[in-house]
Amino acid sequence: MFYVSVFFQYMAQYMKTKLQYRTDLLIEWLSDLMAQAVNLVFLLVVFGHTTLLHGWSRDEILFIYGFFLVPYAVFGAFFNLWDFNERYIVQGEMDRVLTRPLNSLFQIVLERMELESLLGAVPGLIIMLYAGSRLSLSFHWYDVFVFILLVIGGALIYAGIFISLATISFFADARTSIMPMMYNISSYGRYPIDIYHRVIRYILTWVLPFAFVGVYPAAYFLDKKEWYSYAFFTPVVGMVCFTVSVMLWNAGVRRYRGTGS
Amino acid sequence: MDKYMEMVRIRFLMMLAYRTNYYTGILIYAINIAAYYFLWSAIYGGKSSMQGMSLGQMTTYVAISWLARAFYFNNLDREIAMEIRDGKVAVELIRPYSYLGMKAVQGLGEGLFRLFFLSLPGLFFVSLFLPLQFPGHAKTWLSFGLSLLFSFIIFSELNLLAGVVTFFTFRNEGLLRAKRFIIDLFSGLILPLSFYPDWAQQLMAYMPFQAISYIPSMIITESFQGAAVSDGLFTQAAWCVLLWFPIALLWRVAKKRLVVQGG
Repeated sequence: MFYVSVFFQYMAQYMKTKLQYRTDLLIEWLSDLMAQAVNLVFLLVVFGHTTLLHGWSRDEILFIYGFFLVPYAVFGAFFNLWDFNERYIVQGEMDRVLTRPLNSLFQIVLERMELESLLGAVPGLIIMLYAGSRLSLSFHWYDVFVFILLVIGGALIYAGIFISLATISFFADARTSIMPMMYNISSYGRYPIDIYHRVIRYILTWVLPFAFVGVYPAAYFLDKKEWYSYAFFTPVVGMVCFTVSVMLWNAGVRRYRGTGS
Repeated sequence: MDKYMEMVRIRFLMMLAYRTNYYTGILIYAINIAAYYFLWSAIYGGKSSMQGMSLGQMTTYVAISWLARAFYFNNLDREIAMEIRDGKVAVELIRPYSYLGMKAVQGLGEGLFRLFFLSLPGLFFVSLFLPLQFPGHAKTWLSFGLSLLFSFIIFSELNLLAGVVTFFTFRNEGLLRAKRFIIDLFSGLILPLSFYPDWAQQLMAYMPFQAISYIPSMIITESFQGAAVSDGLFTQAAWCVLLWFPIALLWRVAKKRLVVQGG
């Protein structure tokens, strides 16, 4: 209960500071939009030269991309860990976090919240609606709940992987250049998984389960029955991923000694 | 000149201290390129060529453009913006060297390091299991080397330009981010410009971004033949010179109106 009330207090505080600098907010949102546009342009240009990608149509691929943007936006809003090493380990901020009465991971999530990332879900929903209507997909009333469940699952997978990566900082001193590259790899979960060699398919499913943030759950809405079992597995993978990463984090915090500065 | 060479060396050694990271980097790069390869195979879907490029050429194009990026990429714009915000730039300006020149050679030091410790081993590793096509002519390789050097100069000039603009705006996080996406999209990194619709191609021909990635990658895949190679190199050289003027001009003004807040 205490955690919930702290969460909302942080959120309120966050809104106040952010709304003070509205231009910054606008610029951040625009640059998010541009990042999404880059990927969209890639898809549109490619489909200017071909009609099918391994049996998947342009609108289906667009739908997957639209879906992907939603869990990604949720992840981006709450798990800003990409500069964890510099900010918390190198500069010694972690010492302060550990004196707080909250779980250290939760404390960092609160401090680094970026709620405006949630706006990134809006283009995602628009793309889904556009592609969905062109494919004349049928929706049931319960699909809303399935959607929410799959989005949470996907966001937890992202969170799990990036928390685990941040945890490396507790064990190794050197700064890591892995994070930006991981962002790259994550984008391959947005394409039909059957185009890849089985090694990559295996990696994207079981090692770095990014396929569960894009193609698998989207397949449910696209009525691709052969992927249903994977689609419904998404929340489970999300829970497992997240739990493992929290365990790693706690183990890392126990090893943490501070930089001494 | 000696002090600049020394700076290249120091940056190189600084990066060398963190080399273990780059082993994982090579692996991740390999996964990346392999995934791209399968994506493009699916896009080709059995077609023998698209826009005059075969699948082999396309794979090589993608592999080389990411490796070339490791060489020409740097964060000079962010570094300059940060030094202005922290007030460190005041100290930099009284040092007996050209501030922008020093920044550029630091970028070169980093780039050379990544060329030797990320790009070349990465390329070797990837060529073990992907069908990359390398040109047999020494002339192509020479043109590519020259082209890559131009890429570095143009990319750094754009970064310096964005950095110098910070002298006037103080905060330009948004501009820097926007520049990154524009370069990703218009430089031909994510896909060859020849795939874009005609009107877009005509527009891009007037911009400096194609000189960063598209031209060198087209040269190494031998998608550019004969006169196209020398035209490409000439375009790059022209942009290297042209971009220098706005930087020099803005820099002259910026030095005079620099305000250091604290430091």
